[in-house]
Amino acid sequence: MPSVRSSSQSKLVWPLAALGCLLLFNFFFTPNFFHMEVKEGHLYGNLIDILKNAAPIMLLAIGLTLVIATKGIDISVGSVVAISAGVVAILLGGDLAGQAKYPLAVAIVAAVLASTAAGVWNGILVSRIGLQPIIATLILFVAGRGIAMVLTNAMVVWLYVKPFAIFGQGYLLGLPFSIYLVAGLLLLTALVTRRTAIGLFIESVGINPVAARFSGINAKNILLGVYIFSGFCAGVSGLVVCSTVMSADGNNAGNLYELDAILAVVLGGTSLNGGKFYLLGSMIGALIIQTLTTTIYAFNVAPEISQVVKALVVYGVSLLQSETFRRRIAGVFVKGRAVA
Amino acid sequence: MPEDVPVLEMRKISKVFPGVKALSGVDFRLFRGEVHAVMGQNGAGKSTLVKVLTGVHKHDAGEILLEGRAIRPDSPFAAQKLGISTVYQEINLCPNLSVAENMFIGRQPMRLGSIHWRELNRKAEEALARLNISIDVTQALSSYSIAIQQMVAIARVLDVSSKILILDEPTSSLDENEVERLFGLVRTLRTRGLAILFITHFLDQVYRISDRITVLQNGLFCGEYKTAELPKLELIAKMLGKELSEFSYATEHAAKKKEAATSRQPTSVLRVRQLGLRGSIAPFDLDLSEGEVLGLAGLLGSGRTEMAKLIFGIDSANQGEVEVKGKKADIDSPRAAMMAGLAFCSEDRKNEGVLGELTVRENIILALQARRGMLKFIPLKKQLEIADKLIESLTIKTPSAENQALQLSGGNLQKVMLARWLATSPAVLILDEPTRGIDVGAKLEIMELILNLSRQGMGVIFISSEFEEVVRCSDRIAVLRDHAKVGELSGQELDERKIMRTIAEGR
Repeated sequence: MPSVRSSSQSKLVWPLAALGCLLLFNFFFTPNFFHMEVKEGHLYGNLIDILKNAAPIMLLAIGLTLVIATKGIDISVGSVVAISAGVVAILLGGDLAGQAKYPLAVAIVAAVLASTAAGVWNGILVSRIGLQPIIATLILFVAGRGIAMVLTNAMVVWLYVKPFAIFGQGYLLGLPFSIYLVAGLLLLTALVTRRTAIGLFIESVGINPVAARFSGINAKNILLGVYIFSGFCAGVSGLVVCSTVMSADGNNAGNLYELDAILAVVLGGTSLNGGKFYLLGSMIGALIIQTLTTTIYAFNVAPEISQVVKALVVYGVSLLQSETFRRRIAGVFVKGRAVA
Repeated sequence: MPEDVPVLEMRKISKVFPGVKALSGVDFRLFRGEVHAVMGQNGAGKSTLVKVLTGVHKHDAGEILLEGRAIRPDSPFAAQKLGISTVYQEINLCPNLSVAENMFIGRQPMRLGSIHWRELNRKAEEALARLNISIDVTQALSSYSIAIQQMVAIARVLDVSSKILILDEPTSSLDENEVERLFGLVRTLRTRGLAILFITHFLDQVYRISDRITVLQNGLFCGEYKTAELPKLELIAKMLGKELSEFSYATEHAAKKKEAATSRQPTSVLRVRQLGLRGSIAPFDLDLSEGEVLGLAGLLGSGRTEMAKLIFGIDSANQGEVEVKGKKADIDSPRAAMMAGLAFCSEDRKNEGVLGELTVRENIILALQARRGMLKFIPLKKQLEIADKLIESLTIKTPSAENQALQLSGGNLQKVMLARWLATSPAVLILDEPTRGIDVGAKLEIMELILNLSRQGMGVIFISSEFEEVVRCSDRIAVLRDHAKVGELSGQELDERKIMRTIAEGR
């Protein structure tokens, strides 16, 4: 009898294979790619950088995985990152001496609350008003940047409050602090969705909202919940982004992150058609994207074609994910053998 | 009535959609100065026939002769140019434009490069006057009742010089007075020699207005009859695809039922009073006792599903109340219905029932889990236990509880749906067409199961298009017609003929 977990494990094979291929490629062609050293008690190296740089996208992808599982989409997360950064920035203030205007904890909680409120807004539009998710979240995609600009007075606010740097630049037990944030949120989300029935209900709503409702599931609240959670994740991601550069830039913070995050979710095996979702897959997806970016930098690919290279690899990975494509390829091989 | 040459003749029309034979060898004739009704249950092929005639669909075989000439309209516009005009159920005019604008949209009289408004309004008034309608044509269409709008739609198509007028369910949103008004207009048009094809669900209206009836059943041509020579009962039998003489037995069964009924102490599990939703189903009463099977019988489209969906809170009633097990239940959603102890298996397994990408186990525990609340997770081991038990007791054929549900056959999916609701041990189980589209063996199993469940004390509401099945399973039968409950049968009255008579007479 097949075990309960087998299907989710087999789904992870292809993203893992793609990541493996990328790393293998680097192993042969990029000198010192796997080189690691310990400096001042911290681990340094390409692999650590990949993890660290992927963290903001990974955080977004955790929330988006659940949204996409309901057959929804949240394209506002990049803008919400900017809002989160903006809130933190105005509450900490740009005092050159590093004196925070409000306590750090207040600023952090406020930023996450503001982002969660953005999620509530999205969730209400989708679940109660019945707007199509892409349109509903398009509103904050556009307006969110405006809000962030207003918050920061349309200027880049530089921060000098040292303790805040921990989110993006800090280390804990030799590893970047942001990795712990990702791991913590991932673990928490996995536990909450898989140790309760929330995961099953999210998948049910994504597969068929009518059938889910007829089975006694409150589909509206499930939808509301996933958008709120996505806003929350974007808020945490915003803290990391802001802390990494110690500045809040309404225009550029989190710009186009939503696309990378959506891509990470899809590369990880969760279908845009909703249904079964794979949190771990999304994390691998984010790592694939970051590894690819790092590889392209390491190879000194001319910037004008680097996007094309990235697109080609993504295209290849997406094809690998498609069962239809795999079957067709297999068919060609089988046929080829038969002819021979 | 001129009986000589039909203005329209459709011969041996066939139309195949992927996987479905919508029409096979259907004949249809339409004479000048007659109202000809096309009758059949939902899915019998009425709309397909009209769509072939109006150029929406192309027929695969057969020929259409208009005044003796073969035609093959390839679009509704082409059909209109040939003189075939259609007024659809949903009025496809622009409610925010004036009546006159609606009537002449696309062919407005022009003067000096702009619309000649006075001429436009005058022509509109004239066209309406010909139909004995006098209204202010400069008002927005939406300011008039649906009946007037319907007539404007008719005036519009007639003004484009029409030989044939097709009325597709024109009365479905009209009240009785409006229907009479519309029929007045139809009669006027008939005396003027127009050939009118009339499609409706309402049996009474067919007998009030039509001269001739063509009956379709399952895409097949059943026959063409003069309305005066076809009794209602026979028409219903034909729509069901049977001869009246076929309905005879099942009385002995009823006797057995009655015996069982009297020996039981009835405890009410469901009491519905004047529950209704405008435009869906007229207010109705229903009672169901412990261990009783209540059948809902009626033609397809008579409101059986609407009734079930209203009780289960899928549609929100605008009047009436429901009591479950003697307690008043405020049912405004399927969730509320489930919490009150109801269960509902939809007739549309694919779109409203099974979640194909989930495993059989997940499908089975879904409603129970929803009932317990999402935080009280049923441990996997327990889930498997529940699923395996139900898979065994319902003999669901699946390699294991962990297989995706979409790999199962129709009959087994139906059982998975049943299992999902049985897991919640409901007081009342509503089954909408549980035997549709599954093989004979599985049908018998499901009916056996219904009887077993009722013996264990569950109240069951059983909906089926097969009157035979309803009679065989039910202790009592509520009969529906035209979106209203028109009668209730029990004891000796439980037989198919009696059901049909109730449908025909409407009481």
